[in-house]
Amino acid sequence: MTTTGTELRRITEGNHGVARLTPAPDAPGTFLGMPKFPKAVKKELELSVQRKNMRNATTTIRNKRALRVSESPDWEDLRDAATAIKNRVARHLDYYLEEAEKNLQANGVHVHWARDGEEANRIVAEIAKAKGVDEVVKIKSITTQETDLNEYLEEENIACWETDLAELIVQLGHDRPSHIVVPAIHRNRAEVREIFLREMKNYGRPAPTDVTSNPPELANAARLHLREKFLRAKMAVSGGNFVCADTGSLVIVESEGNGRMCLTLPETLVSLVGIEKIIPKFDDLEVFLKLLPRSATGERMNPYNSVWSGVTEGNDGPQEQHIIFMDNGRTDVLADKIGREVLRCIRCASCINVCPVYERAGGHAYGSVYPGPIGITLTPQLRGVDDPVDRAMPYACSLCAACNEVCPVKIPFTDIILHLRNRVADAEKAEKISKDPEVAVEKVLMKTAGWIFGDAKRFEAVQLGTRGAGKLLHGKPLGPIPVPVADRWLRYRDVDALPTDTFRSWWKKNREDGK
Amino acid sequence: MTATSVNAKTAANKPGAGMTVGLFITCVNDVMFPQTGQAVVTILERLGCKVEFPRAQTCCGQMTTNTGYYDESIPTVKQYVKAFSGYDYVVAPSGSCTAAVRHQHPMLAQKTGDQGLIRDVDQVATKLFDLPEFLIDVLGVVDVGAYFPHTITYHPSCHGKRLLGLGDRPYELLRNVRGMTMVPLPMEEQCCGFGGTFSIKNPDMSAAMAADKARHVRETGAEYVVGDDNSCLLNIVGVLSRGNSGVKAIHLAEILANTEED
Amino acid sequence: MSTIQDSTARAEILARIRRATTDVTDKNPETDTPINWTYGTGIDMEDVVGTFVEKVIDYSATVVRVKKADVPKAVVDGLKATGADKSAVVPPGLDPSWIKAIKAAGIEVRIDDPQLSHTELDNTDAVVTAASSAVADTGTIVLTHVADQGRRAISLVPDRHICVVRASQVVSDVGEAMQAVKPAVHEGHPLTWISGGSATSDIELSRVDGVHGPRQLYVVVVDDQ
Repeated sequence: MTTTGTELRRITEGNHGVARLTPAPDAPGTFLGMPKFPKAVKKELELSVQRKNMRNATTTIRNKRALRVSESPDWEDLRDAATAIKNRVARHLDYYLEEAEKNLQANGVHVHWARDGEEANRIVAEIAKAKGVDEVVKIKSITTQETDLNEYLEEENIACWETDLAELIVQLGHDRPSHIVVPAIHRNRAEVREIFLREMKNYGRPAPTDVTSNPPELANAARLHLREKFLRAKMAVSGGNFVCADTGSLVIVESEGNGRMCLTLPETLVSLVGIEKIIPKFDDLEVFLKLLPRSATGERMNPYNSVWSGVTEGNDGPQEQHIIFMDNGRTDVLADKIGREVLRCIRCASCINVCPVYERAGGHAYGSVYPGPIGITLTPQLRGVDDPVDRAMPYACSLCAACNEVCPVKIPFTDIILHLRNRVADAEKAEKISKDPEVAVEKVLMKTAGWIFGDAKRFEAVQLGTRGAGKLLHGKPLGPIPVPVADRWLRYRDVDALPTDTFRSWWKKNREDGK
Repeated sequence: MTATSVNAKTAANKPGAGMTVGLFITCVNDVMFPQTGQAVVTILERLGCKVEFPRAQTCCGQMTTNTGYYDESIPTVKQYVKAFSGYDYVVAPSGSCTAAVRHQHPMLAQKTGDQGLIRDVDQVATKLFDLPEFLIDVLGVVDVGAYFPHTITYHPSCHGKRLLGLGDRPYELLRNVRGMTMVPLPMEEQCCGFGGTFSIKNPDMSAAMAADKARHVRETGAEYVVGDDNSCLLNIVGVLSRGNSGVKAIHLAEILANTEED
Repeated sequence: MSTIQDSTARAEILARIRRATTDVTDKNPETDTPINWTYGTGIDMEDVVGTFVEKVIDYSATVVRVKKADVPKAVVDGLKATGADKSAVVPPGLDPSWIKAIKAAGIEVRIDDPQLSHTELDNTDAVVTAASSAVADTGTIVLTHVADQGRRAISLVPDRHICVVRASQVVSDVGEAMQAVKPAVHEGHPLTWISGGSATSDIELSRVDGVHGPRQLYVVVVDDQ
């Protein structure tokens, strides 16, 4: 194999008629204009293959996690320690960011600050242009998905190659990630084979023509396809799992070795990290290295962790390094005393894997790169609750609280979900005329419910109505009836006729009058 | 404790002797499941408690609170305080409503900044027990002398299981029911998809979850699906009924109230 | 590069953070938020080295235990067993007796001084390194990339990694290993934590061994205690 390998070229096939360096994703990364969750999920629920893939995958990972957690004798102490460490950082974030900056600079790292995703993307592009590169290799990073970096770079005529197997499947499949740890969780092996055979040839070394859908063969096809890109890459982009403030070290936790390739072989490395990724000390890594792998992939330890403290002498690894500390809404989260607890998140996805809504919806219906419990608590805080998609997000939850139990940093998801629902409801109430007719109905219903339950006499008056309805129905069950709101229930369920007696009328007859 | 021992004990020796208990029936049970409330009364009176039903009670407020309408919940919280202040023990046949009073009422009171309400809520909310908690933790009873000659499966509703941490309590009570066979429910820890207004705001997702839960219930071959929250049971059995499965739903309290004499 | 822009962004982000945390009155992080954790402690374990071996095998890597005198032979055996019969790259500081044995076995030794190019590394069958620490509980080997381990690229690009770990380097838990390698971090060395060979679970969450990192990991544990 030579280092030059396949040339960079522009491809129109599969790219909506546009000649592009990298495959065009089918859905916009901004999620603007997409239907809100209840509607978007309808389509996802009909995808029977995806439903099956998701059920199998989430069941597997849940069981693996449970096994590995059960092996850990001090799991609850670890969760408490991690919670305290992350709380400490958030509460003193200015202090730790400045300390990290000072130590990173001492290690020869250029430190940049980005107020939003646009600014972060621009800094990456400027570095790439200054280095004169027309392509970069990237380690899986949801932060760069959050900023839609790949599309930004494509616009700037720079190809950004995903090197994580799942992200490669997503990128070549003109798709969007549906999970933060295993972004191609919605795809099965047959689909992956089809994507590799169809797309790899357009963007680099083709997949072996005789590749089967056996996962080791598919992984090998990815190895061969990406190796030429690793060997010739001059610049890499990474996220960062942790930044140790005291030593100015960055940490990447990964499985495949694509991370190590990106962190080791190119001359220039740019790491885009959210400002909340700081931990105070190198020592603190101990706690997270014990929690993260077991929580994320159900392994005692993931195959590779890389820790590096800036530029290493002796031409070991990239000799030019940049880190971008990105806000992009995180300080808004920090300002909310209840909501800020999500900033502890270490992106393990255990909340996502255990979520019954996510398991059935997949990751695309949420309208955010962060799906599931972490997505519906983080995204509306990062982006605000002006858009209907963001307003629907906190409601994409049955409040089952399974996520609360598994979170390694004890994020009280259901408390934050309620808090955000309150924020949405207050925003809805502040708007005299609701844009959404459904919300207008909801506001009236909630006001009425509050009025009825605020006084027992009113509630009893309503009960006269329910008892009357019971008498009219004569024990007949309620089937599907075209009554707004009620039809949403009765479309799928039978309900027995209302009883003619309420409990309190029974009590009055049998315990008060009868005594 | 055996069935005969509970039932044959003289009034003064019963575990609930001298204890006055306020019954928080909850709005759903009041209107739709009066038989569940009657069952709670039967059990508590059998165990020697004096049961009272304060008529000022209405609801725990979850419908509005869980939809984010906190302002609309405040009158309901105040009404709960009005109905139940003065009781040392309040019992509800619902893990979900108990969790709402215990966790959400203090949070809502805090939101108002009304110091008097905060104090009142803190006092009143801690007096509420879900039925299994009251029977086991307060009365120290695991065998209430019940008899139920059927095959059942138990669905541990999310709020009881996770927000209250009921743990083994419901199972312990059920294991002591005579004549009954309990079959484990596959994937029992998964939500049935009810979620209050979730089932209205996300009807298709809710139905998909309920369908899976109903399928798991059917797989057990049980005659009854048992739970500690009638709202969840309403959801599960609604789907089961639409599928003509023949499986019936019954509240835990109704099984515990049933004796061989019935 | 946009340095002026950066300084505005920096000031603005720090100001936002300060506005967002006005509720934090104790400015000392340690007293404001205490952390209840004892760092660097181990786990009670009957057989630390045995547990390490067991956990590494769990990752489907190969482990052999040898006496100190038998290390050169074990390294050669490792190369042959993994199919590296033509060439091996070694760090400049590797034990000369191991290098001698590899050469004697007819395998070309490529010492990484001067540094091999990426392509040369890609065309080398295997890498042989020592290690700095190892964790029994997780089956992890830690490299600090000092002289007997070499720069990061050499233990990454070749497809087979023969790694020699001394039994005295094996500790029970992650925290102890953290403390063992901490001086190296303070000296500016990077760390690579290796738990089995390269792997992925990205297709249907089923684990596949071997993607980009060395697909075969062969561990020689030296009983030096």
